[in-house]
Amino acid sequence: MNYKRIPYDIDKIKIPQGEIHIIKNRCKGCGFCVEYCPRDVLEMSDEFNAMGYHPPRVKNPENCVNCGLCEMLCPDFAIWSTLKPDCRQASKKKSAEDEKEAKIES
Amino acid sequence: MIKKEDHHPMESLLRMDRIPHIWCPGCGIGTTVTAFIVALEKLKLDFNKVCVVSGIGCTGRVAGYINLDSFHTTHGRAIPFATGIKLGNPELKVVVFSGDGDLISIGGNHFIHAARRNIDLTVICVNNFIYAMTGGQVAPTTPLTAYTTTSPYGNFELPSNVPQLAESAGAVYVARWTALHIRRLTNSIIEALQKPGFSVVEVISPCAMYYSRINRLGDGIDMMKFYHENSVIKHNEPTENLDIDYQKEIIVGKFINRERPTFTDSYNDWLVTEKKAQSKSMI
Amino acid sequence: MNPGTYNLTGNQACAEGALSSGCRLLGYYPIVPSIEVIERFSKRCPEVGATLIQMEDEISALAAVLGASWTGKKSMTVTSGPGLSLMMEHVGLGVMLETPCVIVDIQRSGPSEGIPNSPGQGDMMQARWGSHGDYEIIALSPNSPQEMFDLTIKAFNLSERYRTPVLIMSDECVGHMTEKVIIPEASKIEIEPRKYYGGPKNKYLPFEWSQDFVPPIVDIGKGYKFHVTGLTHDDKGYPIMNEVCQELNVHRLINKIRLNAPQIIEIEEDKIEDAEVVVVSYGITSRVALNAIQEARKNGIKVGSLRLITVWPFPEKIITKLAKKIKAFVVPEINYGQIVFEVERCSHGNTNTVFVSHKATQVYDSDNILYAIEQGVKEKEIKEKIIEYNK
Repeated sequence: MNYKRIPYDIDKIKIPQGEIHIIKNRCKGCGFCVEYCPRDVLEMSDEFNAMGYHPPRVKNPENCVNCGLCEMLCPDFAIWSTLKPDCRQASKKKSAEDEKEAKIES
Repeated sequence: MIKKEDHHPMESLLRMDRIPHIWCPGCGIGTTVTAFIVALEKLKLDFNKVCVVSGIGCTGRVAGYINLDSFHTTHGRAIPFATGIKLGNPELKVVVFSGDGDLISIGGNHFIHAARRNIDLTVICVNNFIYAMTGGQVAPTTPLTAYTTTSPYGNFELPSNVPQLAESAGAVYVARWTALHIRRLTNSIIEALQKPGFSVVEVISPCAMYYSRINRLGDGIDMMKFYHENSVIKHNEPTENLDIDYQKEIIVGKFINRERPTFTDSYNDWLVTEKKAQSKSMI
Repeated sequence: MNPGTYNLTGNQACAEGALSSGCRLLGYYPIVPSIEVIERFSKRCPEVGATLIQMEDEISALAAVLGASWTGKKSMTVTSGPGLSLMMEHVGLGVMLETPCVIVDIQRSGPSEGIPNSPGQGDMMQARWGSHGDYEIIALSPNSPQEMFDLTIKAFNLSERYRTPVLIMSDECVGHMTEKVIIPEASKIEIEPRKYYGGPKNKYLPFEWSQDFVPPIVDIGKGYKFHVTGLTHDDKGYPIMNEVCQELNVHRLINKIRLNAPQIIEIEEDKIEDAEVVVVSYGITSRVALNAIQEARKNGIKVGSLRLITVWPFPEKIITKLAKKIKAFVVPEINYGQIVFEVERCSHGNTNTVFVSHKATQVYDSDNILYAIEQGVKEKEIKEKIIEYNK
């Protein structure tokens, strides 16, 4: 990632990695998730689902940061993202560390 | 919210036996429902004490998809039905989820008077500028010159300005967002749910099948792109400036946030003072 | 209210009856001649902790009552003819959602605004057929302040028992009449408890088929997470729009009242065993008819009296049975013919039906009814049409 200013604690921060889940047959192909994904993870696929729509597919899985915008924009409850298992532990540890720091500060 | 790989995170608050829902591709109502569900989960409310009442229309179907005590009532009467529920059991959080035609046209009178009485309701008004369930007729919110099936030469009736109506009738919380401002919309719904009194959240939502097709505005995604480019966030904007013109800028934001005693509070105060007075006179 | 004997108007007695049966919410829109019910209720509100709300119109008044009923509060609304016309939308919703509630209609003359402060019985058919679609309803007709008290309690019991809106079809005369009303001790008043569902939460079906067609109910906020809709629905309450579901749904709604009619129907008979003529009356007309019946008996005519306390469901079988052995029915009403058509229909051409029509605005001269009774006895052959009599 390109930063204008490199944060001094960049070595501590781990960019979360998300995983996209799509229930293809629930999708109505509106394209909201593809259009508004801030990290350009998704694209429309050529295949048809059971209702005859084109569901999205994951184009750049490594780009997903689990922001959850696709999940919130989807009108059909067909797409959601989860944290990748290895990131999950990291983020948990991080939050524990944060809590400790917060206690010390207070 | 616990996210799992095999289940959509909102499934616990949806009636999964009824999904997929009836809304068209590119419709924004599903997105609004998502915002509502996320708001409920963020607030960590007791879901047994939340109740959704809807009227008739596309948005009227929301009650049927949310896995709470939910009522699908007659056209325009969601607010009085919800008023009855709130009076019957003031502990409940009652949410009215309905459309612009239902709340502003046929239910306009009820909207005004519930706001005047300040009944503790949260009203989510999904405004898609048209009567979509019946096939795209002109609505009280259709912008001037917009085409509908019953205004084939352009609408000439002045549309309602929902936030202004709500403010002048006495609502304590008024906000407007589009279906694209999904996180801000969620925050507004959270605030509205927490606010005691009559709170209104208007959601401008794309209608891909009727409004945008007859006006040649493209698909739902094109409407969303239009909102992206043309909506301006102006918090605390005077509500008289919030008229929506055809394909012009849409002002969104939080406009009203004020305090007024709710109907239940006033009524309970009255009951207590009267009871005291009566018991004194008995002595 | 303390038990005892009071001088009350019919309207006040109605409010007392409602409070005695546990009604704790009244949604209304003010309309003459039903005001006194609301006035009495509002005065007693602080004492009993009841809720009273003046809605913006009758439509919302009944909507609020239906909503409140789902929270477990017994609730009712009070209105008159023009208001009942507006309420018809929610009578339909109440029937479809199977919501217990009571609607008191203090009838006035019509159509439209008519004369607000004058009696009428012109809403009888509206009560039965007013809302669109097929449905059955229960309607009671009191004829004295004491009955306003008793039948209001009965109406609440019926609405809880059968999960349906119940109408009390009173009129201005009974509503404004002041008479002795005996209020019994609270322990002696029979109150039908709501039939609550007791099974596991996830298996609750709001519109389940049960033996007596009345499904058990639950309150909002108890964690059942049920859905109900005014659209044609299945037993889960989900809208399913096909002919099978429509048939099952409406069939049950209708059978709920029709098949339970023998338990619901209450009539008051007097000397109908050997009668030649039977006067069928309800509400205030039944009291006017009393004088004519006495006079006729003095003149040696064998007259029986049949008073409809339950007007809907209509006591069809009783009328049909009677029609085979008597010479005529005499039906006095303060309208231009409503219940008389029901009587004629149920008599299946076996006897004459004499109609004593009276314009709204005043009650009868009982001579009219007496004359009609005399006419009825004289008729030898059965006429095809209803014999109408106006002096």
